[in-house]
Amino acid sequence: MLRIIATRVVLGILTLLAVSILIFAATEILPGDVASAVLGQGATPETLRVFRKELGLDRPAHVRYAEWFTGAIQGDFGKALTNKRDILTSVTPRLKNTLFLAGYAALIAVPLSVALGILAAINEGKLADRLANIISLATISVPEFFIAYLLILFLAVKLRYFPSLSTVFADMPFAKKLHVTALPAVTLTMLVAAHMLRMTRSSVLSIMSQPYIEMAFLKGLSRSRVVLTHALPNAAAPIITVIALNLAYLIVGVVVIEVVFVYPGIGQFMVDGVSKRDLPVVQACGLIFASAFITLNTVADVLSILVNPRLRHPI
Amino acid sequence: MRLFGHKPTTLAWVGLAIIGVFSAIAIFAPLLAPHEEGAVVSDTWAAASGSFWLGTDNIGRDMVSRLIYGARMTIGVALACTILSFIIGTTLGLLAAVGGTLLDQVLSRIVDVMLSIPLLVFALMILSMFGPSIPTLVITIAILDSTRVFRLARAVAVNLVVRDYVEAARLRGEGLWWLMRREILPNALPPMISEFGLRFCFNFLFVAGLSFLGLGIQPPYADWGGMVRENGRAISFGITAPLWPAIAISIVTIGVNLVVDWILSINARPSGASAEM
Repeated sequence: MLRIIATRVVLGILTLLAVSILIFAATEILPGDVASAVLGQGATPETLRVFRKELGLDRPAHVRYAEWFTGAIQGDFGKALTNKRDILTSVTPRLKNTLFLAGYAALIAVPLSVALGILAAINEGKLADRLANIISLATISVPEFFIAYLLILFLAVKLRYFPSLSTVFADMPFAKKLHVTALPAVTLTMLVAAHMLRMTRSSVLSIMSQPYIEMAFLKGLSRSRVVLTHALPNAAAPIITVIALNLAYLIVGVVVIEVVFVYPGIGQFMVDGVSKRDLPVVQACGLIFASAFITLNTVADVLSILVNPRLRHPI
Repeated sequence: MRLFGHKPTTLAWVGLAIIGVFSAIAIFAPLLAPHEEGAVVSDTWAAASGSFWLGTDNIGRDMVSRLIYGARMTIGVALACTILSFIIGTTLGLLAAVGGTLLDQVLSRIVDVMLSIPLLVFALMILSMFGPSIPTLVITIAILDSTRVFRLARAVAVNLVVRDYVEAARLRGEGLWWLMRREILPNALPPMISEFGLRFCFNFLFVAGLSFLGLGIQPPYADWGGMVRENGRAISFGITAPLWPAIAISIVTIGVNLVVDWILSINARPSGASAEM
């Protein structure tokens, strides 16, 4: 089993490496380069040449990639083009904010959606199941900002329970921070909970069609007993994968939500970087997002190997 | 009435009606809109009234007219992305299935790497390079989205390549292109049709999301995502202006989803196909 896990981790690292090349190459191979993107079409060849030299673009691509990547691993992302500030110092507090928000949402979403998903599976076809089905389908079908604005309109503007903008700062008391970020956290929760609920339900139900489940029913066990003690342990692997995948989705979903609530996170930072065409910032944020995504996916795979007894003893 | 040889369910009819109405709105936008797309006709965020059914937007343009023109832009761009994505994805997917192990491995590994970055993050990086313009937007989203189409097309085609009639055609001496177009594509189409609906929904929400971030379709064109962005601040004053375009986006997505659900229920998806994201 150790070998399978090790293979998976190595594969994750290789993917990360390939992705870092892709991120770097996306800004290299494509026609034009950072200099012409920043200076725009009006730039003379002379200013372009000087600017390229200043950015070090006159050196071959693989040398710059090696420099960029080794720097990035050590936390040195270089300086932002627009304000010349060190990217790491601007990213760190924002990353903390984003992780806080994502963690907050995950803490509500994971137990809630797994419990509701199992409940829906137990009551398959009954009113509760169909209600959960319709509500989660509707949540998946609408854009993130729609849910966010609805929540703002009712909970912030009409009822005044929460502020409509999530302004946070470093030395804010924890309870206050939870209150201020409640709306974006609830929005994120609704987004991922819907996915998780549906996938938990369907992975429990797909186990339910197995012969040993029929056997359990034939023994005369109740439906909830069959689901909880026979189906659930075997459905655990897909459910854990689903959770990790959705946490990965949470990391991305956070971008739009941060913009809606003007929350100072890394998603907003990246969007700002894109509109200012600040490529080093965009590359750094892209790499951080991608590594979080790949890490969570790898963790999902490793966990599903650990909990699945059949994968634990390979022949 | 029957469609594809099956009778649509009530929900499927609702979906078809939604698609029909919104397509008509998009096509006949200039005839239907009471005001010009960019005409400033009243005060900022005027309340709904007889002449402005849903009020006005952040610079006093008629909300209904903007929504009607926005249908054309938002649905049009999403449709263009999906069609292009299917052309790229299906061609490469079938090529990977027919063209031998090496080609398959190369294409599949490239797609694996591309899929291991969240699409939004990838799109943001490319848009930061080129700046937002409609052709860039369409090509970017189409290429990124085609990775998923590639997966499905390849999965379906791999099962078809081993069939006797494909083997017969191969032995007849037909070329790669013939095999792809005449033997495999027609048989791969049914699962691809429902996938088209799903991909459209995804691209539609994606275009709207990017425009909402200010990185998609740019002003002065009216588009639903951008309209939510422009009117976003109004929500703090309890004005519902940003909700209208968001509702329009939701209705179209739900409508297409209803039809897709119905198509899925008449032909079960083949293994290897995934509907996620």
